[in-house]
Amino acid sequence: MFNWFSQIFALIQFNLRTIWQRKGSSAAALFGIAGVVAVLVGVLSIAQGFRAVMNASGKPDTALVLRSGADTEMMSGLSRDTTRIIADTEGIARSTEGALSSAELFVIINLPKRSTGTDANVPLRGVEPMAFSVRSDVDIIQGRPFEWGRNEVIVGSGAVREFEGLELGGRIPVGKEEWIVVGIFEANGGISESEIWTDASVLQPAFRRGNSFQAVYAKLETPEVFQGFKDRLTTDPRLNVKVVRQDDYYAEQSTAITGLITGLGTLIAGLMGIGAVFGALNTMYSAVSSRTREIATLRALGFGSGPVVISVMVEALVLAIVGGAIGAGLAYVAFDGFRAATMNWQSFSQVAFAFDVTPALLVQGIFYAAMIGLAGGLFPAIRAARMPVATALREG
Amino acid sequence: MKFLKLVVANFRRKIIRTVLTILSILVAFILFGYLAAIRQSLSQGIDVAGVDRLVVRHKVSIIQMLPGSYEADIEQIPGVANATFSNWFGGIYQEPKNFFPQFAVNPEEYLAMYPEFLLSDEEKEAWFSTRTGAVVGRNTAERFGWEVGDKVPIQGTAWTRKGGQRIWDFDIVGIYDGAEQGTDTTQFLFQYDYFDEARAFGRGLVGWYIVRVDDPDEAVRIATAIDAEFANSPAETKAETEGAFVQGFADQIGNIGAIIQAILAMVFFTILLVAGNTMAQSVRERTGELAVLKAVGFTDSHVLVMVLLEAMAIAGVGGFLGLGVAWLMISGGDPTGGLLPIFYFPPKDIVMGVIFVIALGLITGILPALQAGRLRIADALRQL
Repeated sequence: MFNWFSQIFALIQFNLRTIWQRKGSSAAALFGIAGVVAVLVGVLSIAQGFRAVMNASGKPDTALVLRSGADTEMMSGLSRDTTRIIADTEGIARSTEGALSSAELFVIINLPKRSTGTDANVPLRGVEPMAFSVRSDVDIIQGRPFEWGRNEVIVGSGAVREFEGLELGGRIPVGKEEWIVVGIFEANGGISESEIWTDASVLQPAFRRGNSFQAVYAKLETPEVFQGFKDRLTTDPRLNVKVVRQDDYYAEQSTAITGLITGLGTLIAGLMGIGAVFGALNTMYSAVSSRTREIATLRALGFGSGPVVISVMVEALVLAIVGGAIGAGLAYVAFDGFRAATMNWQSFSQVAFAFDVTPALLVQGIFYAAMIGLAGGLFPAIRAARMPVATALREG
Repeated sequence: MKFLKLVVANFRRKIIRTVLTILSILVAFILFGYLAAIRQSLSQGIDVAGVDRLVVRHKVSIIQMLPGSYEADIEQIPGVANATFSNWFGGIYQEPKNFFPQFAVNPEEYLAMYPEFLLSDEEKEAWFSTRTGAVVGRNTAERFGWEVGDKVPIQGTAWTRKGGQRIWDFDIVGIYDGAEQGTDTTQFLFQYDYFDEARAFGRGLVGWYIVRVDDPDEAVRIATAIDAEFANSPAETKAETEGAFVQGFADQIGNIGAIIQAILAMVFFTILLVAGNTMAQSVRERTGELAVLKAVGFTDSHVLVMVLLEAMAIAGVGGFLGLGVAWLMISGGDPTGGLLPIFYFPPKDIVMGVIFVIALGLITGILPALQAGRLRIADALRQL
């Protein structure tokens, strides 16, 4: 048994030392696999980053109330009377100033996107004073909060980065008026950072919404009271609403787009992976055939076929894993934290996010590389082991 | 011709290597074709946008509606041939994931504006005369198995009916085909009159206008004139060419073109490495034989051309097969099941693909070929 292991060890050493002699074909396989892993990790990091924003956006103790039948705030509509009834419902947390409930408007305005210069649908949210208590993670990092009743807005840090004209002091044309950016806020990486906020009562006339709203955000006493809160609202004969948890709402919004990106990314990486397997096979076949005589000599000396197979597989695996690590590293350097904005089709508005190359993605990429290496090494390894010693010696 | 025999003989020397190289090139070109179709799909048919059509929307954003009276005003502007409107409905058929666009339109005007939507005369007549009639594109009809005569209930999300009901019933009276490959055949179109009378709010308002101009060269000037017409009114407009409008929409998703180009660059770089390396290796291994060929009278250029032909043949077989397989796969339809409605292999990308195949053969072959051509018989034979 010991002998068997020492044979493997000797062969692996022998193989790895000779990689340099075949540097051309080894490099081709290595960089081929690096390319596949870089693309796989890069594309999946887009989906990961988008999902991260959506996951940071919702809390289980916050409920969102929409008109029944509406999937999103954009499609919803609630009258002032309705929002008052909702605010008075049992289950909502209260402070000394009243129920932690904010009736809000959600519209979009066109602003040029920095990356393309073309108009993009930037979300504009009108809120009530309690909005800052409902979303306790909103934090003004520059400037000041807007004053209630004035044409002032605060802008999320993601929106400032992605769209033109939203810097502190910037002016946003809305109809015949101009609204001034007085503050910039962060919201723990959540979707609010892609939005512009203002007073709902200022937004209503500007967008001719009368005295109506689109959604009510309510902070519940505890996450557990949600079901009771929901039942009270949906069974109230005066109301025609649907109630969702904020975290479920945003998770739902991210499924379509992350599914699309992950699906296409996997498909592309899958095809590239097949190409890389062919490349690796090529490399390993030529590695084996250039060593025909050496392998035959070793076999004649008494090395077993098992160690030969394993040593070739290990060589392929080492090349693949090094290639995979290079690719994953490349993806990390090139994509991690790369900022972009895309359309959230559910809300028909832009979401700013950053590509997110997580450790899990890196591991996934290297694992994929190892699979390519094994697939590319297997047949050449078997061929090496099966070579009849006498013929191989003569050929070499 | 005598070359061909030699070239083919060389392929058989290391058949596995030749096949593997061809297969990896094949995969690269499948990817090339597939990515071209995805890019085309995500850019939503910019190529087929009408050059003589403008889209006019509310200046603040497209969700803001415009008064229905603007149509007559726009048609008064010199250079405008005609105008019509469209209205986003955004309803749900059975489940939210069954997404397809629905528009409330004036049937006669809309079909005149979009001649690329092909309907038979009977279907047109039926639509004009059926209040709850709707026509639907072939793609969507096939997706849900709809046929003429079906009743389709659609749940309004933004739009409720006067009594508060959310279900709108439509009768499918026609299924339209696209005149061109890139024509959007996912739309569901129904009568604005039915919609406007039954909706609970927003009467008399429309989503946006589509304007046909007499002379495409005048499009930008006319767009400016339209915006000037409604400047300082409660509902100011933004007019732009249909191409610019669609491009702007595609840009909202992000810079898809750049991402896809980056991936393709990666793929081709890899393939170049693999195929180039194989060619170089196969020439190195044959140094002796090439020298013998020269010794028996083959000229330098004979040998050069032979090696180049070999590289071109490998690239050609792999590349053209790859483009063919890509074409077959793309014809099989959209891989996401409905999210990418317009999915086809754009002709300009087929041409690009062919160019890339030839370029790949030249680039991978040229260095080994030059090397082989320059080979000096005495040196090469001594090395053996």
